[in-house]
Amino acid sequence: MLAFIIRRLIGAIPVIALVALIIFCLLYFAPGDPATIIAGDLATPEEVQRIRVALGLDQPFHVRLGIFLLNLVRGDLGTSIFSNLPVTYLIGQRLEPTFSLGALTILLSVVVAVPLGALAAWRARRAVDRMALVISVLGFSVPVFVVGYLLIWVFAIKLAWFPVQGYTPLSNGVGSWLSNLVLPTLSLGMVYIALITRITRASMLEVLSQDYIRTARAKGLSDRAIIWRHALRNAAVPIATVVGIGVALLLGGVVVTETVFAIPGVGRLLVDAILRRDYPMIQGVILLLASIYIIVNLCVDISYAIFDPRIRY
Amino acid sequence: MAISRRAFLAGSTIAAGTLVGSAGLSAPAVAQTKKNVLRVVPASNLSGIDPVVTSGQPVRNHGYQIYDTLFGMNGRFEVRPQMAEGAEQSSDGLTWTIRLRDGLRFHDGEKVLARDCVASLKRWGARDPLGQTIFGLTDELRAVDDRTLEFRLKSRFGLLTKGLAKIGGPAPFIMPERIAQTDPSVSIKEAIGSGPFRFLADEWVPGSRAVYAKFDGYVPRNEAPDCTAGGKVVHVDRLEWHIIPDAATATAALQRGEVDWYHGPDLTLLPLLKQDPAINTEAYDDLGYMTVIRFNHLQPPFDRLEMRRAIQMAVNQVDYLQAQVGMPDLYTECRSTFFCGTTMSTGAGSEAMAANFEKAKALLKSSYKGEKVAILTATDLSWLHAASLVTEDLLKRMGVNVEVQAMDLGTFYKRRTSMEAVDKGGWSIFHAGFSVTDILDPSTHLGLRANGKQTWPGWPTDPVIEQLRDDWMSADPQGQGAIVRKIEARAFETVPFVPLGQFQTPSARRRTVTGMLKAPLPLAWNIKVG
Repeated sequence: MLAFIIRRLIGAIPVIALVALIIFCLLYFAPGDPATIIAGDLATPEEVQRIRVALGLDQPFHVRLGIFLLNLVRGDLGTSIFSNLPVTYLIGQRLEPTFSLGALTILLSVVVAVPLGALAAWRARRAVDRMALVISVLGFSVPVFVVGYLLIWVFAIKLAWFPVQGYTPLSNGVGSWLSNLVLPTLSLGMVYIALITRITRASMLEVLSQDYIRTARAKGLSDRAIIWRHALRNAAVPIATVVGIGVALLLGGVVVTETVFAIPGVGRLLVDAILRRDYPMIQGVILLLASIYIIVNLCVDISYAIFDPRIRY
Repeated sequence: MAISRRAFLAGSTIAAGTLVGSAGLSAPAVAQTKKNVLRVVPASNLSGIDPVVTSGQPVRNHGYQIYDTLFGMNGRFEVRPQMAEGAEQSSDGLTWTIRLRDGLRFHDGEKVLARDCVASLKRWGARDPLGQTIFGLTDELRAVDDRTLEFRLKSRFGLLTKGLAKIGGPAPFIMPERIAQTDPSVSIKEAIGSGPFRFLADEWVPGSRAVYAKFDGYVPRNEAPDCTAGGKVVHVDRLEWHIIPDAATATAALQRGEVDWYHGPDLTLLPLLKQDPAINTEAYDDLGYMTVIRFNHLQPPFDRLEMRRAIQMAVNQVDYLQAQVGMPDLYTECRSTFFCGTTMSTGAGSEAMAANFEKAKALLKSSYKGEKVAILTATDLSWLHAASLVTEDLLKRMGVNVEVQAMDLGTFYKRRTSMEAVDKGGWSIFHAGFSVTDILDPSTHLGLRANGKQTWPGWPTDPVIEQLRDDWMSADPQGQGAIVRKIEARAFETVPFVPLGQFQTPSARRRTVTGMLKAPLPLAWNIKVG
């Protein structure tokens, strides 16, 4: 297993390098220019050109690419064109909110969706199954921002239970940290609850029709033992895959939730950087996301071996 | 299946308990009102801290919190001393001596010296168009002693102190010499001024939050505050900018009392705020914005005067204002190249904006050769995009082959600099917005510059209007009025742009916030909370 992990981590290096090269090329050839944005709406061409020169944006492609790759090898992601702060510092400011929101969302989704999906499969075509189906359809079909606004209206404005927006660091206390994250987590979690519920149900239905489940029943095992010890563990591989994909999708999908609830996370950082053409910032965040995707995929692969002892690397 | 149901119900109960528990935990956090903190939602993000390199409004507004200027402007846009005790002009009018007030200090504790002012003004003068004019007319700017600086001019120039009181960005803020020596095209790394607030750099999260603390070492003038002039007395300990990109969320946060002042609420949500008895929707800026149509004078068809005149004649400002704002109490028709309600607005020549569609169509028919017209628009700005769509409709009705090219603001700014033909990535029309500080008079009005490729995109060339501008800047106040009339008349004759009326941008604040000053920008001094 250790050799597998090391092999995968070494294999990630050319992937990251390729991502870096592609994102550099895309940004180089994309329309837009940070100098025109910095100079402002009323700037003259000379002012814009002076800023372009000062930022090194007048340099040819190969020079800029060389500087970028050299800095990357040194672990230097550069400095934001706008705030003049190091990219690593700016990303560091945003990691905690995004990871908090992502972790709580996945936790909520798994805690709600796996039992719900399992129960729906166990009681297939009965009331519980129908309820799970309704929840799933709602989760898939109502956009995240609509859910977000509704939650704000009910729980923040009408009931005044939670704040409308913002983020409080965990270091300021679990209560205030959680209070800022409850509504965004519910809003973002809906679609993942729907997804994981459906996958769990389908996977469980297949497992529950197997001979060994019938044998377990014949042995007189309790329903709880059959579901949790035998059926769910064997149904776990596709569920783990979907949760892994969910984590990866979540990093992209978190942007809308962060915007609606004004959470200063990585998603908003990336969108703001793209809109302003803050090249070092975009490159830094994309590289971070690529690294996270690689690590999540590795974790999913490792979890296969844990859930299914037949799988060995 | 009783066990499964129980397990499910137990799980549900735990989940509900968690929610209620966290609700209980959150209650104090929500109810917690930080005393003496002014929490505002600015109109847009503070992405940088250099008010010289970046001329955008958020950075300019940030600058007014932490920096001070030698002169300020009152609500009637008259110049008043601010950091300066006063200014003396020599009898020949060529030397201006400015003496600093006693007790001025920077946030790092250092005294403000004349040499700091000299370095700051030189850096500003390298970036700002009016500053460039001033330094073009200046033989020498020097620090005579620690508290005195001196401008020696090549010729008489009546706008010197007006330039040093300029509100629109880049504003002539004073910073320490060591910072002001930074290349004017490279952003500064420290935000240290001598203004009424200190910038707390370690609390700055670009895109989310900027925080300022009251500067205890600030000595305000012993006068009533009036726009950027007068005594800047700070009544709060802390000023927090909360960047909330979503208008509905920002509105909800204001209703809920999580923020105190929303600088630029979305107009579609304004009725909701007006209904709330806890909210005051009074504007801080009574003049607001003016949108204009800007033509590309280098490329067909708008290199032809008749085409520009035809569009000018066809424009009905109400169509634009309705599309942009929709509430008649918030907009005003204004057929002037300056803001109506200011002394510069004469309306001379404005009969060219007759809103006569049939006559305009006939004029266009004689000069239009079927060229494709490309309107650039940025969908990020609703007012700009709305104006673009109205122009598209107008041109279509006139029989013009028109295409709206929608993009984000970053691409829009870049595309706008292209001088190429439309089929090579160029453009024919874009729309822009001015605030009153951008076009206060001919010295700062970029829309009226007509020095060809040296000027703002659109690049009109008109030596007459350039000469009139120079005449205005060197004239005495009595003679300036007549020259402004000539400038306006000339602008309606040659059509460098078409004004589309003025609209106000209301702000919204909780009624617990008092002392808001009327100004073209949101000012945080004089404000009390609670």
